[in-house]
Amino acid sequence: MAEPAIAEAPKPPALVNLTIDDRPVSVPKGTNVVVAAKKLGIHIPHYCFHEKLTVAGNCRMCLIEMGTPKMSPDRKPVLKPDGSPEIGWIPRPQIGCATTVSEGMAIKTTSKMVEDCRKGVMEFLLINHPLDCPICDQAGECHLQEYSVEYGTGESRFVEKKVHKPKEVELGPRVTLDDERCVMCSRCIRFCQEVAHDDVLGFMDRGSHTTLGCYPGKQLENNYSLNTVDICPVGALTSTDFRFKMRVWFLKETESICTSCSTGCNVLVGSREGVVYRQTPRRNDSVNSDWMCDKGRLDYKWINDGHRLVQPLYRLDASHVRGGPDRPETHVAIEWDSALKACREKLSAARGSLAILASGRCSTEELFLLKSLASAYGARATDIVGRSWDADKILVSADRNPNTNGARLMGLAGEKPGSSIAAIRDGIERGEIHALIVAHECAVKAGIPVSTLQKLKTLIVVDILPGETTLHAHFILPGASHVEKRGTFINGKKRIQRFQQAHPARGLSLPDWEILRHLMPGEQTPAFSSFEGLFKAMCAQTPALNKLTWNGIGDQGADLGNAF
Amino acid sequence: MPLIVPRRELTWSEKLYFPAYFGGLAITVRHFLNSLLGRKADKVTMEYPEEKWKVPEGYRGAPTLVSDQDGREKCVGCQLCEFVCPPRAITIHPAPMPENAQHGKIEKYAEKFEINMLRCIYCGLCEEVCPEQAIFLRQDYAFTGYKREDLVHDKKRLLELGGVMPDPIFKWKNK
Repeated sequence: MAEPAIAEAPKPPALVNLTIDDRPVSVPKGTNVVVAAKKLGIHIPHYCFHEKLTVAGNCRMCLIEMGTPKMSPDRKPVLKPDGSPEIGWIPRPQIGCATTVSEGMAIKTTSKMVEDCRKGVMEFLLINHPLDCPICDQAGECHLQEYSVEYGTGESRFVEKKVHKPKEVELGPRVTLDDERCVMCSRCIRFCQEVAHDDVLGFMDRGSHTTLGCYPGKQLENNYSLNTVDICPVGALTSTDFRFKMRVWFLKETESICTSCSTGCNVLVGSREGVVYRQTPRRNDSVNSDWMCDKGRLDYKWINDGHRLVQPLYRLDASHVRGGPDRPETHVAIEWDSALKACREKLSAARGSLAILASGRCSTEELFLLKSLASAYGARATDIVGRSWDADKILVSADRNPNTNGARLMGLAGEKPGSSIAAIRDGIERGEIHALIVAHECAVKAGIPVSTLQKLKTLIVVDILPGETTLHAHFILPGASHVEKRGTFINGKKRIQRFQQAHPARGLSLPDWEILRHLMPGEQTPAFSSFEGLFKAMCAQTPALNKLTWNGIGDQGADLGNAF
Repeated sequence: MPLIVPRRELTWSEKLYFPAYFGGLAITVRHFLNSLLGRKADKVTMEYPEEKWKVPEGYRGAPTLVSDQDGREKCVGCQLCEFVCPPRAITIHPAPMPENAQHGKIEKYAEKFEINMLRCIYCGLCEEVCPEQAIFLRQDYAFTGYKREDLVHDKKRLLELGGVMPDPIFKWKNK
C-alpha cells in the first residue's frame, strides 16, 4: 500500500558551497560570483553587471581568479596532505558576473593577477575619458571615480590624441547623453529591452569610436527613461531635469514614497536647505524592484512652489475686504492658536451638519484623525477625490492616489472613491451641511461649484498651495507636503509603507496631524502629543493595524494582506 | 608644590622714584626731538590708509575669482569650494552655459557666485581644492561697507578683484 501523501513543502533552492578569498560561503545554485561575494561583504568592482538585468560581461572590470577541485583519473577529488581538496587554478582571469558558482569552486578577488587586471581595465576605460569631473553631474556617485581611486593606477600612459564623440546629445525629452563619458557597459540598452520593453538604444561604430545612440527616427521617450540615468555607472546619461542643478554630495537623501499612484514606489528624496532637487528609486523587491516611472520621479516641483501657503489665514467679511476689485485682499494672517480655537468653535456650532472632503494623498495617520473628527462632530458625509487613469503593465497603477486604501481602511471612502461628493454638494445646496473640511484637495475641481461653497457657514481648508477652494475658505490652515512630515501610505496591494521627513515645513505651516489634532473638540483632545503617540493610537483603534509598530513596518513596508 | 618667588627689596634710590621717572622722560624727549628733526631711523609709524604695507609673497588675502588671458572666467561652477569652505561663506548657483556662448564647450558655469566676507576666515581651502585654478587668495585684506550686503562679494566684484591669471594648459579648448 502506498504511503500517505505528505503535503509537499516548496523545495528549498539547492545550495552550492564555494570559497571566496579562503572564506566558505553557500549560495543558491545559479548564482554568479559577484553576487556570491556580496553575500560575504566582498565587493567585486563591476560596471556592466546589474542584478536586475541580464549579464552582458563586456566591461571586464569584475575579473577574478577561479579554480575548481582537481580530479584524479577515477573522478575522485585530489586531496592535499592536510585533507583539503587541491584546487586547479585556471591560469587566466575570468569575469565574475558571467561565472556561475559550482560545488567546491575557489575564487580569489585580491590576488596580484586580479589587481593587475583591474588596473589595466581602468587604464583602458579612461584613455578616451574627457576627465571633466568638475562639470559632470555624476561626480560624487560615479563608479569611474570610485574605482579609479580604489583600483586604478592614478596616472595615464596615454599620450595620443583622445577620440572625440558627440556631447550634449538629447536622447529624449528627459535624458541627455555625453558619449565621451560612456564606458559601453550597455546597461541602458538592456534596461530598455528587458524592463521598459522599448528597444530604442544601441551601439554604433566600432572600437574606440563606438557610440551610444537611438534607432534612427526614434527617441528615448518611454515613461521609464530616467531609470537609465540611475543605472548608468558613469556620467554618460544624465537627467535633463537635474542637470547642473546641484552636486550630489550636497543632497540629503531621505527615504520616502512616490505619491503619483497607488503602486507606492519606494524613493529617495534628494533635498538641500528645504529645496527638493530630485527623486530616485529605492530598491524594494516587493514593490518597485529598482525602478520608478518618469512621471512620478519628476512629480516633486509643486513642493518647491513659490506660492506655498505659509501662515494660517482668516477670511474677512465682505465689508472689510481691502484692495482693488481686480486684486482683492480677502484673507488676513491670524495666529495659529486663534485660528484653531475659532475653527473648533465653528465646528462645534455645526455639529451634525459637517462634511469632510479628504484626499487619497493624505497619510493614513491624517485620515485616521479626519475620521476621528467626523465621529466627534457627527459628520453627515465623508469622501476622498478619486483619480483614475490608465495603468501600464510595468509600475503605473490605474488609481493615482497613493493612499486610497488608507482612506478605505479608515472608513472615509467607500469602494469607489469620490462617489459621495455629489451627496456633499446636494447636502450643502439643501442647507443640511453647514460646515466643510477640505484636506489637500480642491473642492471646486472635485465637483462642488463655487456658488455651492459660498452657501457654507464654515469652510476650513488644510492645504499647501492656494487654489480656487482656498479663495473661498473661511480658514486656510497651511499643512505640509509628504517630504516635510512623517507618515504611512497603504498602497494598492495593501502594503503599508513609511515616508520620512526630509526638512521642516515652510514658514509657519505645520505637519497636518498637528493641525487636525487641535481641531478635535475641547473635551475630546487626543492624549498624544507626538507622532509616535498618534501612530500608536491609530494602531490601537484600527483592528487591521493592531499588531503593527512603526519599527515593524521598516524601510521596506509591511504587507497587511487580508487584514481588511 | 607651588614655587614662591621672593620679592626683591627695593634699593634706596629706587624707593626715591624720581630717577626712574626722569629716565623715562629722557627717552620720550629723545624720540620727540628725533622725529621733530626728521631723522629717518626713528620713523616707525605708517600713514595708513594713505600708505599701505607691501604684503609678502604668498599672503592669504581675500579669495577672488580669476580669468585667463582670453578673458574666460575659469570657474565652471563645480561647487567644491562651497563644499570645503569651513565657515560656509561661499554660495554658488550653477547653470548650463548658454549654447551660443563663446566658451560653450564647457557646458556649465556659475550663474551666481558669492563669498560672504563676514564669514570668510581666509583659510585658503577654496584655493587648494579648486580643480580649475579659478579661485585665488589675493593681496586685498581690508574691506569696508555701510551694509552687511556690501561685504558679500558677488561674482562681478570677485572677478574684478581677481584680475587675470594666465592659463598654461587651456584644457577646455580641445574638449
